[in-house]
Amino acid sequence: MEKKHEWFVTLPSFVWLLLFFLIPTCIIFIYALKSQDIYGGIEPGWSLEAISNLFDKDYTLLIFRTLMISAITTAVCILLALPVGYQMAIAPKRFRKLLILMLMLPFWTSFLIRIFAWKALLHPEGFFNNLLAFLHIISPNTTLLYHLGAVLLVTIYTYLPFAIFPIYAAASKFNFQLFEAAMDLGASRSQAFLKVFLPGISKGISTGAMMVFISTTGAYIIPDLVGGFDSEMIGTRIAQKVFVERNLPEASALSILLALVVFLPLLAITMFSSRPKKLELELRNKE
Amino acid sequence: MNPESIIFENITKRFKESKALDNVSFSIKKGEFFSLLGPSGCGKTTLLRILAGFEKPESGRIILDGKDITDLPANKRPINTVFQNYALFPHLTIWENIAFGLRIANRPENEIKNEVERMLALIQMEEQAYKKPDNISGGQKQRVAIARALVNHPQILLLDEPLAALDLKLRQKMLLDLDRIHDEVGITFIFVTHDQGEAMAVSDRIAVLRKGKLEQIGTPVQVYETPNNTFVADFIGDTNFFEGVVEEIPQNDYTRLKVKDFSPILCFNDKKLKKGDAVHLSVRPEKIQLSRTPPKENPLHNAFPGVVKEVIYKGDHTHFGLNVLGRKILVTQHHSRSLADEAPIRWEDEVWIWWHADNGFMLERSQVLEASNE
Repeated sequence: MEKKHEWFVTLPSFVWLLLFFLIPTCIIFIYALKSQDIYGGIEPGWSLEAISNLFDKDYTLLIFRTLMISAITTAVCILLALPVGYQMAIAPKRFRKLLILMLMLPFWTSFLIRIFAWKALLHPEGFFNNLLAFLHIISPNTTLLYHLGAVLLVTIYTYLPFAIFPIYAAASKFNFQLFEAAMDLGASRSQAFLKVFLPGISKGISTGAMMVFISTTGAYIIPDLVGGFDSEMIGTRIAQKVFVERNLPEASALSILLALVVFLPLLAITMFSSRPKKLELELRNKE
Repeated sequence: MNPESIIFENITKRFKESKALDNVSFSIKKGEFFSLLGPSGCGKTTLLRILAGFEKPESGRIILDGKDITDLPANKRPINTVFQNYALFPHLTIWENIAFGLRIANRPENEIKNEVERMLALIQMEEQAYKKPDNISGGQKQRVAIARALVNHPQILLLDEPLAALDLKLRQKMLLDLDRIHDEVGITFIFVTHDQGEAMAVSDRIAVLRKGKLEQIGTPVQVYETPNNTFVADFIGDTNFFEGVVEEIPQNDYTRLKVKDFSPILCFNDKKLKKGDAVHLSVRPEKIQLSRTPPKENPLHNAFPGVVKEVIYKGDHTHFGLNVLGRKILVTQHHSRSLADEAPIRWEDEVWIWWHADNGFMLERSQVLEASNE
C-alpha cells in the first residue's frame, strides 16, 4: 500500500512529462527528416541531410560534458536531498508545512530572474567574489562567473527541489519504527540509515535522480547565461541552431541525439532500481 | 531458585506534564514469562521501551544480571523486541529479515545460514523463506518477527502487544506457539498486553499497571483471586461490587457486612477487619449460583431473589444480567451438563441467586473512593 501511495505522489510529474514531451518529440523526429529552406523554415519532402550533418561534426566532447554536468548535478542534488527529505519527514507537522512552503517559494519567481540573480551574485563586483576575495580564498582578479563551476552551482540550485520532493514523499511514507527495529537488532544509527532507510525510499531516490538528470541534460539557459567556453552543453548548441542559425532540421537531429543520450542512462537506472534483488546480490558479493 | 534477572529501580518517566511511569520498582526472574498488563496509557509500553533502550528514564536504574544498563543504547543491549506491527523490513525477504541481526554482528556466512534455517524450522516457515513480508499473512509475520529477534540469542525477549493485530482464533494459536517457543528457548519473555485473558493464559507472573503506577504483581491466580484493590479486581475479569460496612464479626473467620437495601451479607474475613470498617465486596459472576427455586438453608450462603434482565448465550456458558433488589448483578453459568428436560432460564424469569461466604472477597473501601473520584 505504501508503495502505491508513493507512486501516486509522483504520478502527476510523470503524466506531465509524458504528455508534454511525447507530442513535441514526434514533431522533432519529423523535422529531423526534413531539409532547411533559405527562410529558416523547412522544405516539403524528406531528407537525411540533417542527420548526416550530425556525423560530420564532433559532438563527443559536448555529449561527454553534458553527461558529466548532469551526473554531478544529480549526485550532489541527491546527496543534499537525502538529509533534507529525511529531516522534513521527521519534522513536526506544523514545521513541515513551512519547509515545503520555503521549497516552493523560489518557483514563484521567474526562472530567468533567478538566474540573473545568480549572475549578479557571482559577478566580479558581486557578493560572492567580494566575500571570497575578502576572506583571501580567491584573488580579487578571479571571476567566478562564466565557468563550469558556476554552471554546476546554478544547475544544482535550480534542480534541487526536484530531488527533494520525491525523496520527501517517499520518506514521509517510511515507517520509522523500522529504524527502531534495526537498532534493536544491533544496528547503529548510520547502519540503520544505510540498510533500512535508503532501501525503503529507493523509489523516491530513483525518481528524484531521473527528474534532475533529465532536466539538467536539457539545460541551455543556465550554461548560456552563467557558463563560458568550458561549459557549453548540447542544449546551448541546439538553442544556437534554432535561434541563431535558424536550422530547424539540424536542431531537431541534435535534439534526438540528446534524447538518446538521456534515454540510455535512464534505462539503466530503471533496470537498476527495479531489480533490488540483483543489487543486493552485487552488494553482498562486494562485502 | 531463579535468580533475579532484571531489576527496575524507582523508574520515573514524564511526557510533558503527565507522568507515564511514577517511581516503579520491581524485578523479573530469569526465564520467566512475565506480563505487563494494564489499560492503554498505563505506562506498560513506556516501561518496555525503556527496557529496550528506546526511551531513557528520568530517574531510576535498570539492572540486568547485576549490571546497570540504564545508559546503554538499544543496539548494545542483549535484548530484542517483537514490535506491535512486526516492523519487518519490507525490502528484504523473510530469510534476510531473520539474518539481519547476524549480518550486523558480522557473523560468518555459514553460521548465519545455519542459524536462520534453525529459526525457520522453529517457526515452521521454511517454505516461505524467500517471500517478502508483504506476501505473507499476519500470523506468519508475527512468527518471523519472533524469529528475527530470537536468532540473536537475546537474554530477554520483549513482546509489545504482539497479538493485537491478529484475529481471535489465530491469537489463541499464537499464544500456544509463544508458550512452546518460550519453553524451547528458555529465556525471559516480557509480554506487554491490555488483554487480561492473554496475560493469564501464558504468564508465570503478571504486573498490573495503572497510570504509571504498579498496582499488583503476582501469579495469574493471585491477581484474579486475591486482587490488591478494586482496580485490579475490576480490570482482571468481571466482578460484582458491593459497598458495605462491617456490622459484626460473628466468628473469627467471617464478617457480616451491612449493604444498602440488602440483608446482611456474610463474607470470609482475611483482612482482620474491625466493626465499622468500610469495605468493598467483590463477588465474581461465575461464583454465583442461579436457579428458579430458593436454595436450601445454609448459614454460610448468601441468597437473594432477583429478576433476569439480560441473557447472553455463549455456548459453553451463559451470561445473565439480573436485577437483585434494585442492583445489577452479573452471573455466569457454565453448562457442564446438558439439561434438555429443564426449561432454560429466560428474560423476566424470577430466580434466586446465592453464593458461599468464601466466594466473596473484601477490599478496603478507601481505595474505592479513590477509584470513583476518577
